[in-house]
Amino acid sequence: MSQGAPVIFSTVRDGYFNPPPMTQSLRRTEPIARMEFADGHLGWLVTGYSAARAVLADNRFSARGELKHPPVPRAATLEEAPAAPPGMFIQHDAPEHQRYRKLLVGQFTVRRMRMLTEWIEGIVAERLDAMERLGSEADLFEHFALPIPSLVICELLGVPYADRAGFQHDTHVWSSFGESTEVVTAAFLSLGTYLQGLVRLKRAEPTDDILSGLIAADPDLTDEELTSIAFLLLVAGHETTANQLALGTFALLRHPEQLAALRADPSLIEGAVEESLRYLSIVHHGPTRAALEDVEIDGVLIKEGEVVMVSLAAANRDPERFPDPEAFDVSRRAGGHLGFGHGIHQCLGQQLARIELRVGFTALLERFPALRLACPPEEIRLRHDMQVYGVYELPVAW
Amino acid sequence: MTGDPLRIEVSRDLCRGAGMCTLLAPEVFDQSDEGVVLLLDARPPAALRAAVREAADQCPCAAITLHKPSPMPEVPEVPEVPETP
Repeated sequence: MSQGAPVIFSTVRDGYFNPPPMTQSLRRTEPIARMEFADGHLGWLVTGYSAARAVLADNRFSARGELKHPPVPRAATLEEAPAAPPGMFIQHDAPEHQRYRKLLVGQFTVRRMRMLTEWIEGIVAERLDAMERLGSEADLFEHFALPIPSLVICELLGVPYADRAGFQHDTHVWSSFGESTEVVTAAFLSLGTYLQGLVRLKRAEPTDDILSGLIAADPDLTDEELTSIAFLLLVAGHETTANQLALGTFALLRHPEQLAALRADPSLIEGAVEESLRYLSIVHHGPTRAALEDVEIDGVLIKEGEVVMVSLAAANRDPERFPDPEAFDVSRRAGGHLGFGHGIHQCLGQQLARIELRVGFTALLERFPALRLACPPEEIRLRHDMQVYGVYELPVAW
Repeated sequence: MTGDPLRIEVSRDLCRGAGMCTLLAPEVFDQSDEGVVLLLDARPPAALRAAVREAADQCPCAAITLHKPSPMPEVPEVPEVPETP
């Protein structure tokens, strides 16, 4: 099939949960398509599952920030893609990436995360108690979805939860496409300064947390590296899970037969979590990679220097991997979805996220047998304009 | 039916500690305290093969290789002898 004209990517989804329509049609005709990036760069958009995996698993594609181009426009014109600072490991290739990841993977193993289950159940129960105290209606995002992962990552990392207003605000601004250069830069600096202060505090007075553990494990880590690591873990640790919890609840409420199936058989929860990750794919523009040399994927030649954006949401709806992909089906086998990415950068905290989601959904449905939306669904504001998709608020009643 | 025989190999160099193998086939894979893959059973019983295949497929770093077992000494196949009526 001949190459069509370059496409321009839009993050605006179809309805509440479906990938942007252009990615769905491209996957059928051109799973690797020419794409014009926001700065005019002519790169590629990958929407097919097998091509997405191939790109993300191939070390000839680099994650380095300074080689990349922005897939979507932002109001803020940030500096010309600077090289990622030391420790900002999601933008490093091997071996730098592995140096940092190696220090962290032991903190996020399946076993360690399972040991946190009861503690997370306690946090979730407290949030549900707090919701009940509000009466019979509340914003599920503000009172449930956002505080749960924030409390968890704060405790694990060693960030005082009392400081959440600052980091939640800075994260929100940093993620937003619509904020101005001044505002985004100020938020970035504010969060960086805050975390740098925290790193210095932990160095002086170590406590029982990941940040102090890193300082003890590798005395060579600089304050700059530790600040970047803390930045990644804190931002990725609360914003993504918060949106997955809220959007996942919205999806269940919009699919009453699936909600009923899950209520009737709570043992479906693990599969339901995977299906919610597949179906919702909240990382909606990216990851992006830059070709370090000419690479051929499925007969398409990607030239050195060209940037590829992988649409995880579109790949997760590929019928070649997931039969009847448009159906939200909590009993399907959704394993192998790319909701956490793929390759060496696949989400470090995914086993933590799985437990937070499993415990969160389970306890929410148990506590509120009559959980429902408290407003017409079309009134719910969707995060089309953020790096992580989801809802701005989710008014529910019980 | 016993299914095709299987021998597992893992690469601790390629492993980046995502934990999918431990999640999907905990009888066969574990993670060290440092988060790196540990192979508990290189020749798992047939009942676990589906889970092992899933783990190999879902490993984000292709750190799990599945082999047919190394050739065993040839055992001549015994031709089926029709039962005498």
